[in-house]
Amino acid sequence: MKYLCLVYGEEKALAGMADEHCVDYDERIRASGHCIASEALQPVATATTVRVRNGKVSVTDGPFAETKEILAGFYLIEARDLNEAIQVASRIPPAAVGSVEVRPIRPIREAVSSRRPEIRAESMTPSASPGTR
Amino acid sequence: MSDAVRETVEALYRNESRRVFATLVRLLGDFEVAEEALHDAFRAALEQWPAEGVPDNPRAWLVSTGRFKAIDGIRRRARYDTLDDEQVEAIAAEEPPEVEPIEDDRLRLIFTCCHPALAADAQVALTLREVCGLKTEEIAAAFLTPAPTLAQRIVRAKGKIRDARIPYEVPAGPELAARLDNVLRVIYLVFNEGYSASSGESHTRADLSQEAIRLGRLLIGLLPEPEAIGLLALMLLQESRRAARTSPAGDIIVLEEQDRSLWNRALVEEGIPLVERALGSRRFGAYSVQAAIAAVHAEAPTVAGTDWAQIVALYDVLLEIEPSPIVELNRAVAVGMRDGPAAGLGLVDRILARGDLADYHLAHAARADLCRRLDRAAEARRSYEAALKLARQEPERRFLQRRLAALSISPPPVRPVKQPDFKEKAP
Repeated sequence: MKYLCLVYGEEKALAGMADEHCVDYDERIRASGHCIASEALQPVATATTVRVRNGKVSVTDGPFAETKEILAGFYLIEARDLNEAIQVASRIPPAAVGSVEVRPIRPIREAVSSRRPEIRAESMTPSASPGTR
Repeated sequence: MSDAVRETVEALYRNESRRVFATLVRLLGDFEVAEEALHDAFRAALEQWPAEGVPDNPRAWLVSTGRFKAIDGIRRRARYDTLDDEQVEAIAAEEPPEVEPIEDDRLRLIFTCCHPALAADAQVALTLREVCGLKTEEIAAAFLTPAPTLAQRIVRAKGKIRDARIPYEVPAGPELAARLDNVLRVIYLVFNEGYSASSGESHTRADLSQEAIRLGRLLIGLLPEPEAIGLLALMLLQESRRAARTSPAGDIIVLEEQDRSLWNRALVEEGIPLVERALGSRRFGAYSVQAAIAAVHAEAPTVAGTDWAQIVALYDVLLEIEPSPIVELNRAVAVGMRDGPAAGLGLVDRILARGDLADYHLAHAARADLCRRLDRAAEARRSYEAALKLARQEPERRFLQRRLAALSISPPPVRPVKQPDFKEKAP
């Protein structure tokens, strides 16, 4: 089961963390086999919000919501269940100064392909996954 | 004959259905499917047992019948919903499972329902629904919540268990202690909902305390951890005073005015050995110490004959384990009993001066009480009035009003005309 761990925190508190500390954890979680993808994000001042309304693209500066705790990075992990995901999340270094939101991944491709039996056989073969098209 | 079978089935449903359900959740991996399987199994028992006779091991029969019916149902649905294919084959492919219900299944169920990732009110509702087998309407009535709201809460929690994959397991190792704390918190919440001065119909709420005690007994049977034992002792000893703590009209009777002959000795005698067992473990926590305090009261023949020194000492231990201004307040009241009201008042004033409990009605009520015992009626009045302004529960308000009225029996002190005080009006 996949979970996305969204790392939130106040920018100032997060800036106080040593990058080495975070990368050290990153190396360990990658070695453990739990980590599918992980990245840190640039400060929220670099964020751009994109919306499409009535077919028109609107672009605004800043994040979608103004909050004190901002999204600072993420880990996409593989875990047996929520308990294991919580264990992994609790070891992410910024959890000590901010918070980590753990969200289960919704298997949207599987759900759609099961509703479309004609393409089901195709989507079952690994080479036909959406990413490769 | 058929009547006898029906009675057997009904008795099994009352006493065993939650056990069978817990095992079905483990085997089927889903609350809804397990609930349906449980009902199918009991329906099959009513249909088949009159002709075939009651099986040797009815529980195992119910579990395997329920499991079979569930797999059958999922297979039938799977023809229309291809997603379920793998799921059903996975369940069906499992080796003939251990269908004898095992007590561990009930423990798993408790830990799942009390998982901290679920909303706090949902944990309580889910535990009462799935572990205790209360109906949604019963829980809603006991918590004075509209039934649809409560049903929604349960549905949402079950959805999270399924979608976030909250495992059906008893946590192991270092996690167990923290998770057990949460289970105990849920049980004590249920107990207090039934024990605190009721704002609803008193009988339904007393049932909640019974349910919590039942849960406590079940838990220590499955997992005899010191704090679980301590919590059960605490609930039993508090419950033992139920008949004495309110008048027939629903008014509060404080400990010092209770008719101790009304205390339930059977509950006290069940509770005290549990306190000793918990304290003897040397791994006890706050519940065990609170139970020990309740035990000192339970063993005292009168207020005057109470070992207040012991109670103060226990509050000292409690403060070390779980520092809180409310524990400090209780300790101050106990000091007031041990060393006289002046000593207690000094401590209460110091706590109030810090501002921690300025909005807590019982802090002002405790201060009022100490002033009353010191014959400082005017001060007592001011504090009772402050308490009354903050108290929300009707029986507590009536109690404070009675205390105020009792003060008025002595001639009211001459009070200066109050000048407007702008400082007081600041928010």
